[in-house]
Amino acid sequence: MIRVTDLHKAFDNTEVLKGVSTTFEQGKTNLVIGQSGSGKTVFLKCLLGLFDYNAGSIEYDDHKFTELSDDEKRNLRSKIGMVFQGSALFDSMTIEENVMFPLRMFTNQSESEMRDRAHIVLKRVNLDNAQYKMPSEASGGMQKRVAIARAIVNNPKYLFCDEPNSGLDPKTAIVIDNLIQEITKEYNMVTVINSHDMNSVMEIGEKIVFLKDGEKAWEGSKETIFRTDNEAVSNFVYSSNLFKKVREMYLKG
Amino acid sequence: MNYLQNIGAYFFMIAEMFRKPTKRSVMIKLILKEIEDLVISSLGIVAFISFFVGGVITIQTALNITNPLIPKYLVGFATRQSVILEFAPTFISIIMAGKVGSFITSSIGTMRVTEQIDALEVMGVNSINYLVFPKTVAMMLYPFVISIAMFLGIIGGMAACVYGGFSTLEDYIRGVQIDFIPYHMAYAFIKTIVFAFILATIPSFHGYYMKGGALEVGKASTVAFVWTSVVIILLNYILTQMLLS
Repeated sequence: MIRVTDLHKAFDNTEVLKGVSTTFEQGKTNLVIGQSGSGKTVFLKCLLGLFDYNAGSIEYDDHKFTELSDDEKRNLRSKIGMVFQGSALFDSMTIEENVMFPLRMFTNQSESEMRDRAHIVLKRVNLDNAQYKMPSEASGGMQKRVAIARAIVNNPKYLFCDEPNSGLDPKTAIVIDNLIQEITKEYNMVTVINSHDMNSVMEIGEKIVFLKDGEKAWEGSKETIFRTDNEAVSNFVYSSNLFKKVREMYLKG
Repeated sequence: MNYLQNIGAYFFMIAEMFRKPTKRSVMIKLILKEIEDLVISSLGIVAFISFFVGGVITIQTALNITNPLIPKYLVGFATRQSVILEFAPTFISIIMAGKVGSFITSSIGTMRVTEQIDALEVMGVNSINYLVFPKTVAMMLYPFVISIAMFLGIIGGMAACVYGGFSTLEDYIRGVQIDFIPYHMAYAFIKTIVFAFILATIPSFHGYYMKGGALEVGKASTVAFVWTSVVIILLNYILTQMLLS
């Protein structure tokens, strides 16, 4: 479980996060949604320890991140998997080497053991024949799947995804969403996804946190988001006519 | 103020480079790859430039010796001194600031832009150690490159001298051997080691701490080249003052 309490973060004199509090539970896909510039990415980078925050606390299973020693932080990070918006695959390595990278850095497994494990996770993300390709030879959807494979290869406890669907066609986006949700259950991870894709919200949003101007404006699930009377979240989620009609039909039963 | 901040950040990066080392087996592979990328791949251009600049030094020296009382072997002597003391360690380092420096800045800068450095950090890898340390170690073979530059500079000078008809081969070789002070080699290689460290770390700094997109990667490469050259020239003066005067 990850507990965030009264998180504040400012750049120079601009406050980007203004006291965000929430909890992300194990085995659930937690979505952080909001408009561009609402503070989603800063929030995620604070969770990951890439940004220092000004006030508040972040607890990983009751351990406050700021109170951990350097070794404990390194140990914690080896339990974190991250899927970046642009996949962030290492250009100079093949897909297989990318997936093996966390194992090579943090385990003492033999080459064949690492290769076997990489093949298992690549198969899990339906990429069992692409291991010798370079990232530049893979499509956007394939790159995202490789990034997911690399994120889960070391059996992480926490999975973070920054806009995993950006740049993907709707069909591939749904495949990626479902893959993340299935893997979350399989590995019993705490999964936190940054997204502004409403399809993802409706598809896999077991818990949804809506950020507006650096504040938590609403919290709920894909079921409760249909009934919410929160104006800010309604304006954001139901900004398209399609979703407005879907909501009307849902509410009419 | 900004300059002071950058100097502080540079030394912070140097200190960070030695903390939390990457696994030895991984680091050895990285160092070997960097030796190939930074050192081996530079040999061709260094050899080409050294040979011809050595020739130019000889021709210019020979053409400026008009007094018949000055012995002909002075051409070889002047070429040797110019190549060993200044041309090979300093001039080649400025060229390497362009070739190796821009390669280092753009490769690390691209990793920054595409979030690959963030990916390393999230995994718990000390990204500065992972990216900068192998480059610094690989560049410690830079004196090997400079030795080749010295040798080919003198050979180039010999070819220009003999085939240009400025003096005989015997005179040139005599000039190259006369009054040789071994300490000058030590001075040249001390400079080379310092420049190697600068060549690896300043471009890495500009790549690692760059902000923005693809355009900024290009700008960072240019800035890295300028600052690497400036620091090499300044250190060249300081080291020469310290070691030769």
